[in-house]
Amino acid sequence: MITAQNLSKAYGKTTALQEVSLTIQAGELFGLIGPDGAGKTTLLRILGTLLLPDAGTAFLDGKPVVESYRAIRRAIGYMPGTFSLYQDLTVEENLHFFATIFGTSIAENYELIRDIYVQLEPFKNRRAGQLSGGMKQKLALCCALIHRPRILLLDEPTTGVDPVSREEFWAMLQRLKSHGITMLVSTPYMDEASLCDRVALMRDGQVLSTGSPQSLIEAFDRPLLAVQADDTYRMLTDLRQFESTYSAFAFGHAVHLSLKAPVWPELVQSYLLNLKHTGVSVTPIAPSIEDVFIHAE
Amino acid sequence: MQNSPQSPIIEASKLTKQFGAFTAVDAISFEVERGEIFGFLGANGAGKTTAMRMLTGLSRPTSGQARVAGIDVAAHPEKVKQRIGYMSQKFSLYEDLTVMENIRFYGGIYGLPRKQARQAGSQLIEQLGMEAFARKQVSGIPLGWRQKLSFSIALLHQPDVVFLDEPTGGVDPVTRRQFWEMIYQAAETGTTVFVTTHYMDEAEYCGRVSIMVDGQIAALDTPDRLKSEFQAANMHEVFLQLTRPKP
Ligand SMILES: Nc1ncnc2c1ncn2[C@@H]1O[C@H](COP(=O)(O)OP(=O)(O)OP(=O)(O)O)[C@@H](O)[C@H]1O
Ligand SMILES: [Mg+2]
Repeated sequence: MITAQNLSKAYGKTTALQEVSLTIQAGELFGLIGPDGAGKTTLLRILGTLLLPDAGTAFLDGKPVVESYRAIRRAIGYMPGTFSLYQDLTVEENLHFFATIFGTSIAENYELIRDIYVQLEPFKNRRAGQLSGGMKQKLALCCALIHRPRILLLDEPTTGVDPVSREEFWAMLQRLKSHGITMLVSTPYMDEASLCDRVALMRDGQVLSTGSPQSLIEAFDRPLLAVQADDTYRMLTDLRQFESTYSAFAFGHAVHLSLKAPVWPELVQSYLLNLKHTGVSVTPIAPSIEDVFIHAE
Repeated sequence: MQNSPQSPIIEASKLTKQFGAFTAVDAISFEVERGEIFGFLGANGAGKTTAMRMLTGLSRPTSGQARVAGIDVAAHPEKVKQRIGYMSQKFSLYEDLTVMENIRFYGGIYGLPRKQARQAGSQLIEQLGMEAFARKQVSGIPLGWRQKLSFSIALLHQPDVVFLDEPTGGVDPVTRRQFWEMIYQAAETGTTVFVTTHYMDEAEYCGRVSIMVDGQIAALDTPDRLKSEFQAANMHEVFLQLTRPKP
């Protein structure tokens, strides 16, 4: 449904994409993850026909992005990372506007956006410029969906969206999938990445690996411990000095400690007790996709 | 106007903001102690940004009061701005200036002498490991770096308290953690940090958190006490119970 072949793009001296190739199947929910500046937005913009590649080609639904941009624009929904709605139109007017330019109506596709739109409906007469950050994101998503596109390109759609709405949003994406819509979504949230059929991990304009979240997790081969103590921040800095430490990162009230080589949890425990930590517990754990991300090179 | 070290650095009392007939912030009262990392959570549209804009002297309360660093925000908004740092939900940097120019510019605003601003600038860039970006336009550097830079700039004039409105929104997992380490460092030197976030793991990094629902503060305590009060395994569940109460 979406194919990218050796796409490259540079802005001046900065390389944003370097020969990126990807294939996304029809009906797939595909995630793009990678650090800030990895090239996710550039890739989405090229696929969304908003940016020309320097080299390489891409096809959406069999049509080449550069030559068939008009047809592609009608077939896709694209939600940019930065707010792109009319600030001085109301919520409802924005939605109506997007429905009209695609020759449809809000009523016709209401069930597609209902789950998200219900939270905006009490404010439908408010100007978009006066919405809170997360409310703007929700409106932008509704606008991208209102013409029932076959392909959805979403650039960090849930940034600024509160955690509960985010859950509802992903439930909605799963439903769109059952309507056969193909989706390519970039996200900084690793819990969202784990809900995708497949993900591509990008860095420095390249795709480092592609696969199901499960397969990326299985490829992670460093021993990993979850460590807790009463003073999490001091523990974090102390763990970084521990001789077998490869890396230590905070995960909520625990620290995930990855090791250069396996060591007994008791060894970590006594190291911390010697440094006068209290409430210490050390447990071997299985990695999450967030651990995989943090260690990707 | 100086407040004593013992008194709370932020005191809000029935602080309210109305837009026409709509009440965005509805008589909230709370206190934040000096040196705390205070998490200010809530659903989209709950009123966090609106409340923060009143606390930072950017928007006038409709009614109620707030004192920040002992200063009444409605009576002396300009004085408040000198004592605080603020990172807005949108960008707080000049996109078409370079990293170095931004630092000097803000140094100027905060009244640092030129030489001192230059020194602070080089020091800051070194601390952040941003040497490679120093002469680049801000528009061309990755989001996470910009956020770290804005935070450092918000701290340039050594404010008593810094207000951060979703500083890690859209920031990748590694950079987001580096950002929180910067928050901890600031708190260790005595700066109070008042921060909003939609990441529930970050809520765990706060000393205390409040959760706003429809303009009001529905809960306020340490993450541990909130979890036991709501019989929840994590902050996500606490948030869920408050924002989508079962009928
Ligand atoms: N200038 C304004 N005129 C009318 N309503 C406004 C204005 N500014 C904000 N609001 C409304 O006030 C409410 C609170 O908005 P606010 O930006 O404070 O929310 P928030 O808690 O920061 O949300 P988010 O998590 O999405 O950033 C929203 O319903 C918003 O639409
Ligand atoms: Mg806000």
